[in-house]
Amino acid sequence: MKRKALKAAFPITLPVMAGYLFLGLGFGILLESKGFSFIWAFFMSVIIYAGSMQYVAIDLLSGGATFLATVSITIMIQIRHLFYGLTLIDKYRDAGKKKPVLIFQLTDETYSLIASAKPPEGIDRHWFYLCISILDHCYWIIGCTCGALFGALVDFNSKGIDFVMTALFLVIFIDQWLNAKDHVPALTGVICSALSLFIFGPDNFILPAMVLILLLLTISRRTLEKRGESNADS
Amino acid sequence: MNQMRIPDTQALIMILIMAAITFSIRALPFLLFPGNKKTPSYILYLGKVLPFSIIGMLLIYCLKNVSLTAAPFGFPEFISITAVALVHLWKRNILLSIGGGTLLYMFLVQVIFI
Repeated sequence: MKRKALKAAFPITLPVMAGYLFLGLGFGILLESKGFSFIWAFFMSVIIYAGSMQYVAIDLLSGGATFLATVSITIMIQIRHLFYGLTLIDKYRDAGKKKPVLIFQLTDETYSLIASAKPPEGIDRHWFYLCISILDHCYWIIGCTCGALFGALVDFNSKGIDFVMTALFLVIFIDQWLNAKDHVPALTGVICSALSLFIFGPDNFILPAMVLILLLLTISRRTLEKRGESNADS
Repeated sequence: MNQMRIPDTQALIMILIMAAITFSIRALPFLLFPGNKKTPSYILYLGKVLPFSIIGMLLIYCLKNVSLTAAPFGFPEFISITAVALVHLWKRNILLSIGGGTLLYMFLVQVIFI
């Protein structure tokens, strides 16, 4: 069962593998250059496990930020993760002992895979989700640790490699779009975020965007549910 | 590499703070709506529509630092995104779309729009 789930999960995680290995390498190299050995990179990638947060952590650690600043900046950057759990309450409901691990490993990229991938028939879906989550985490740990260990030895211009995540989200967006009967939720996400970004700027836009999205989806609940039913009928 | 940096204990505490907050935020929704209780219909509704909005939000999140008013005016992103979309609609091959798009973007920012 586990083997089958792993086999089904692996190909789905390939884009994240490419992204995490390289972004992890970048993180390890940068952290090491600030005087933290690979043990720190390994430790952080294991227990924090968050891409953009760990990059910010390098600044906080090397600048010696206060604990209070660390708390508030972490909340600001990570608050978007609230949404992921909110949509997975039902999917993870009966996950049992796997649930804490699944929650711990719920990054942007892992969320995007789990939100869009359908577990193949005959495979326990929680094992499938767990395999995706653990594989992704392994890629990240390997990337971060190797970056700090061998980063200085590699002479490879990786500028622009982070586009792999943009491309991953775009592809998932397109697939969702093609499969959705109603495009309002997807458009709501894009338009509210873009609007919020325009008004509040790149460092402060996520929270207002989340509030705006929730507000619009709540207001239009009746309409969307009604349309969903009539779509299901036809 | 022994440059001046904060003491190990301070770094350790900061890392633990970041880890604890990150996990708490990820876990909070599950604590608010535990599995043994019936999930409110509003949350079930959000579970259906919100994933679509979230991917849209993540897409904008990835592009948040792109400037449309300073060179290269978002051209590398615009070109690569269009390419990924077209290739994906044409072939529906995830690895081709993502791999090809990323290589194109890297070429653009490393060679063309320096």
